[in-house]
Amino acid sequence: MSDEAVLSAKGITRRYGERVAVREVSFEVRPGELVALIGPNGAGKTTLLSVLAGVQSADEGSVGGSAQGVGWVPQQPAIYTKLTVAENLALWARLERVADPRETVRRMLEQTDLADRADEQVGRLSGGNRQRVNIAVGLLSEPAALLLDEPSASLDPIQRGRLWQFIADLAAQGTSVVFSTHNVAEAERCARRVLVLHEGRLLFDDSPQALMQAAGGGAAGDKVDFEEGFVAFLQRAAGSERSAA
Amino acid sequence: MRWLLGKDLLILRRSRVLVAVLVVYPIAIALLIGLALSRSPGKPKVAIANLAAPGAAVELGGSKIEVGRYYSQLFSEVQPIKVKTREEAVQKVHSGEALAAVVIPANIAAKLSSVLSQGQLEVIYNGDALQQSVVQSKIQAAVAQANLALSVQIRKLAAQGINLLLQGGDLSRLGIAQSHLLGLEQAPSVLREAIAHQPPGHVRQELLRVQELADFAARNLNISKDVLATVGQPVQVHSTLVHGRRTPLDTFAVVVAVSISLMFVCVLLAAGGIALEREDNTLARLTRGLVSREGLVVEKLLLAGGCSLVLAFAMLAGIGAFVTLDWSRIGLWLAALVAGALAFGALGVAIGALTREVRAASLLAFLLSLPLAFLALVPAGAVAPALYNVIRAISAVFPFKAALQALDAAVNGAEPAIGGSLVHLLALTLLFSVLARIGLRRA
Ligand SMILES: Nc1ncnc2c1ncn2[C@@H]1O[C@H](COP(=O)(O)OP(=O)(O)O)[C@@H](O)[C@H]1O
Ligand SMILES: [Mg+2]
Repeated sequence: MSDEAVLSAKGITRRYGERVAVREVSFEVRPGELVALIGPNGAGKTTLLSVLAGVQSADEGSVGGSAQGVGWVPQQPAIYTKLTVAENLALWARLERVADPRETVRRMLEQTDLADRADEQVGRLSGGNRQRVNIAVGLLSEPAALLLDEPSASLDPIQRGRLWQFIADLAAQGTSVVFSTHNVAEAERCARRVLVLHEGRLLFDDSPQALMQAAGGGAAGDKVDFEEGFVAFLQRAAGSERSAA
Repeated sequence: MRWLLGKDLLILRRSRVLVAVLVVYPIAIALLIGLALSRSPGKPKVAIANLAAPGAAVELGGSKIEVGRYYSQLFSEVQPIKVKTREEAVQKVHSGEALAAVVIPANIAAKLSSVLSQGQLEVIYNGDALQQSVVQSKIQAAVAQANLALSVQIRKLAAQGINLLLQGGDLSRLGIAQSHLLGLEQAPSVLREAIAHQPPGHVRQELLRVQELADFAARNLNISKDVLATVGQPVQVHSTLVHGRRTPLDTFAVVVAVSISLMFVCVLLAAGGIALEREDNTLARLTRGLVSREGLVVEKLLLAGGCSLVLAFAMLAGIGAFVTLDWSRIGLWLAALVAGALAFGALGVAIGALTREVRAASLLAFLLSLPLAFLALVPAGAVAPALYNVIRAISAVFPFKAALQALDAAVNGAEPAIGGSLVHLLALTLLFSVLARIGLRRA
């Protein structure tokens, strides 16, 4: 872990009026890291990813990253439903000012296994394929880090399996990936590092095994259910916060 | 931005139904409004019985004026139904086939020729007809017009006779054998010569008195020509418009129709275009460093403005095939259309930026545009002054009235001059662009 960070958050706070959605969050992501951002609904995952992606500005703190920037894959596919897959990729490639739009589109179609759907309008695709196009657009600029907001939320189990394989390959090739999920088991299975966000606060930043230990208090080998452990962990965290207050 | 524009045009081309609606709907509305504005309550049917002999003419000083020709020709205000007898005319009115009948009596020419009596027309109305007052005033106007034309003709003839009397001349035209008549104006000098050769005495005294008479008569007859003109048309109407439009209704209707189409297409496209970016969730991705929010506002403005400009110009040119328009003013037309398109586009982008989806944006665009157009068309004096001032204020804040005035000035040369309206439109463009930019902040 001696590589320079491709993405860093320093004391990020983001408010919506009175409500603090993200509170003083700091962490760094290194090349090829596969990071899960977990937390219940409303924890601030989407807000944090948006700030990291530059879609929203932070009220306090700063975001740093490599020159190659970060790719952003929002939860709702952000693509033109009236355009075909290829037209979408070509348009976004040109807007991203990639060196060779044609070649980039061809490569992305191949990489995301969408070549035979290239001429279909996005609005007529299944949710899974739409999500693939969404991810493909996020990858067009060949970013050093890719941010995905709940990428598996609208997929069926088979599509999910394919998605995690794709993401693992991406990380293996050196692209850092940060994805959010409220499905704890998914984080345990797919990520090598877990960030736990609760009410805007970063409560935990370590491996899934370490989280399980912290949650269950037992040895790594114990058959403690990860999900139950996580809920217990959050309850304890909330409790300690209340007593601190 | 070029790519975004291309993308939007491609999407537009794929949305055939939308394009069809965008083209057909405003044109339909525009035509309806145009028709409603330009259509006077149609020409009423009037039976006309011309009982005067076909050649009947007023004879004055040897010239003839055909009476029947004048009257039937001047009934252009109505739809004439020609009948042969008075009974037939009355029957047409009874049966409702005609709303009224006009009988030109057989003796009209003789009466007019006699100078001492007036010609008389008989007008028969149907008291039950809904449009009776309209018909009555139309017939009165037509008769007045015919009278005027006839009196001008008669006056001309009378003046010719007086001229002959004053200046003398060839009388053979009048069928008088003697070839040359001495004019009254020459009489005094002829007399003076005769008097000079006359020894003093009673005869010379009498001749001097005749010379005086000739002098006086020549001078006063000359004036009487002017007096005749005054009597023939005692009051001349000279109208001056102090305020408001002077455009004939049909060309004004064209301007209204084109302005409404321009507004609908432009506002809807701009609002829909920006709302679609939200609906497809692409707004956040675009404004993440790929396109500035200002750039996005400008792009939608160009898209909507360009498309609506093409449509409005095509409409204007198309209507120009039926209504005479002054094509030499085409530069002004374009200036007015471009300024209008920009202001409407900015309004549309602002609407689109404030709504979350295309449907809501379209609905809001419709809800705003339609009443604005009607408000702008409310004439002064139609409502209470306080309300009119409110309407004027509202019309000033939205682009329709200014666009209408600019186009009216460009196409018809109507008041107020085009410069002020163009500046007004550009100011509104700026205002709504700023509002749109603020609306986009909440991406
Ligand atoms: N645009 C917004 N305006 C106001 N409050 C918001 C907005 N977006 C999110 N929030 C609030 O911020 C908190 C964090 O939301 P979010 O980041 O969406 O959480 P998560 O993605 O973890 O479910 C929530 O309480 C949510 O209600
Ligand atoms: Mg979320």
